[in-house]
Amino acid sequence: MSIDTARPPVHTDHGGPLHAVRGFFRSREIPVAGALIALVIITTVINPRFLSPQSVKDLMLNATIVIILAVGQALVIITENVDLSIGSILGLVAFGTGTLFNAWPGVPIPLVFLGGMLFGAVLGAINGFLVTAAKVPALVITLGTMYIFRGILTSWAGSKQYFSGDNPKAFGNLSVDVFLGIPIITIVAIVVVIAVGIFMHSVRAGRDLYAIGSDRDAARLFGIAVGPRVLAAFVASGALTGLAGVLYTSRYNSVGALTGSGLELDVVAAVVVGGVAISGGTGTVFGAAIGAVLLSTITSSLTATRVDKFWQQAFVGMLILAAIIVDRAVSVRNARKLRVSESRDV
Amino acid sequence: MELFSRKTRGGRRAATVAAVAVSVALLATGCAAGGSTDGGTDSAGGGGDNTMAFLPKQLNNPYTDVVLGGGEDGAKEAGFTSQVLGPLEASASAQIPFIEQATQEGSKVIVIAANDPDAVGPSLQTAREAGAKIVAFDSDTNPDYRDIFISQVVAKDVALIQLEIISEQIGGAGDIAILSATATATNQNEWIKFMEEELASNPDYKDIKLVAKVYGDDDADKSFQETQGLLSSYPDLKGIISPTTVGIAAAAKYLSTSDYKGKVALTGLGLPNEMREFVKDGTVKEFALWDPAQLGYVAAFAGKALVDGTITGAEGDTFDAGDLGEITVGEGGVAIVGPPTRFNADNIDDYDF
Repeated sequence: MSIDTARPPVHTDHGGPLHAVRGFFRSREIPVAGALIALVIITTVINPRFLSPQSVKDLMLNATIVIILAVGQALVIITENVDLSIGSILGLVAFGTGTLFNAWPGVPIPLVFLGGMLFGAVLGAINGFLVTAAKVPALVITLGTMYIFRGILTSWAGSKQYFSGDNPKAFGNLSVDVFLGIPIITIVAIVVVIAVGIFMHSVRAGRDLYAIGSDRDAARLFGIAVGPRVLAAFVASGALTGLAGVLYTSRYNSVGALTGSGLELDVVAAVVVGGVAISGGTGTVFGAAIGAVLLSTITSSLTATRVDKFWQQAFVGMLILAAIIVDRAVSVRNARKLRVSESRDV
Repeated sequence: MELFSRKTRGGRRAATVAAVAVSVALLATGCAAGGSTDGGTDSAGGGGDNTMAFLPKQLNNPYTDVVLGGGEDGAKEAGFTSQVLGPLEASASAQIPFIEQATQEGSKVIVIAANDPDAVGPSLQTAREAGAKIVAFDSDTNPDYRDIFISQVVAKDVALIQLEIISEQIGGAGDIAILSATATATNQNEWIKFMEEELASNPDYKDIKLVAKVYGDDDADKSFQETQGLLSSYPDLKGIISPTTVGIAAAAKYLSTSDYKGKVALTGLGLPNEMREFVKDGTVKEFALWDPAQLGYVAAFAGKALVDGTITGAEGDTFDAGDLGEITVGEGGVAIVGPPTRFNADNIDDYDF
């Protein structure tokens, strides 16, 4: 039996190069990428320094952490769940990283990354376990763990902060040094996007996540291990958030009790803008990553063109609404097309 | 995997119970952990006799901790036991239950940094009727509700010292910008207003042009991006003033990792521990702040003087402030602790806050 039958009822055009081209233009990522390119062009026309080498490097660095978070969040949202606790998880891991460097200054950096991802994965597993076992909507569970994790961090950290000066120079340099013009931590993010993207596109377990998000009951009847798959999505999201937490410590000057608070909504916004439907089952991690780049670039471009700060939030809001409207239009059209093609097959 | 969906009813219920138990346990630990700081009673006060209650704007704030450290030292020297009560979040009404708690415990002195000048009024009034003296510090209440206000520095001095430093560093000429906190912060706007007036009126600054004011909302990420924006929008920018500890640290971190390091001057108000790295690597030459510990220290002695009845908080009253000598109460019941301090490579290691 092929898993293909469990694929969500989205544009899977078969045959003919024309169809492929049409499918390409109909994909969710194209309008988002188009908006991103238009944004960069317009900003550069107004302020040519927007594409100076330093500024391009900044744009990449600004997007890096959100990209990784968006990939993790996309995995969860595709299964028709959501993880609101990622800001708190990032805070815990970031503060844990600072603590680790303070307690053991010579700790090998790869071990720090491994530890951070493991810590994040454990916290993600708590979310995943509660969501799958209690059968309560993830929105409520992760809202709860968001506060719990933050509470634990607040009592752990108190007013203690770790500054970038406390960390080894080599660790801080990860977010400064470039390879072929691309910052090292951005390369990490790109590798994450590609690896998860291939997994979601071509590996059975990845396809299962789409099936679960499209129709959980049908997926279960079909024999997909719904609970373990959803748990795995939360663990993966937690591990990626852990990775982002370690990178956050490398990039920013201080980590403390408030690190990462409020980040979860920015990330959900990036994912939704990138074409991952909040109702699950559609979208790609590539789209989510482009959404993350778009949102972080908007901030930079509005500051570079000296547009009032207020407009930035309004812009993000409009983009979210636009993404949802596009989403709705596409699904209505697909439903109609499916009806037509099915009646033809009869 | 059929097993999963066809679990026996009992099995599934057990799983649910387990999940609920885990969440309750998590909540309990979370709350218990939060509670220890939430209702924070730092030292065993409680007794009515000679207690002084400190109510900062919020707990777990590094700056506040230094202020409170000075306050506890001052209270000890003045012969009081002290306790710290306060909310985790700086909101207008959050302090009220803690004022009530201090009143019930019979604190002689309540030292408060008000989150809102009026919201705390009625409960402070009740505390006064119960015999407590009210010392406001850091952030004033409405003068009707307190006996004395201890202010760290004169607002204008804070503004002027930052202009002096930036002017020294850019050679008295060029474009500068301000990276502030939120657009609504009272103290920030007051300092910025003084800076603008001074730039307009002082002939020494006639070649300095303030080209932009941006707001990083005291958020590291936003302040970072605003700094990037300033540098890419204003090619001729010579210097940045950031009168907020979050802003200056974020701007310093950005400058230290960018091509602009050493080309654009940065100063403002910063915490020595947060800025040490950037002073040592040459990104920042000099910045300013006051010594926050002195604020708490003086507030404690003001409380003692009020309890002893040696002062009433009227203009012209003087009181002894331990190591800091004698302090005179100025207009409106406001006592000033001292001038701002400059921090640079020579003295930064003498400070730990």
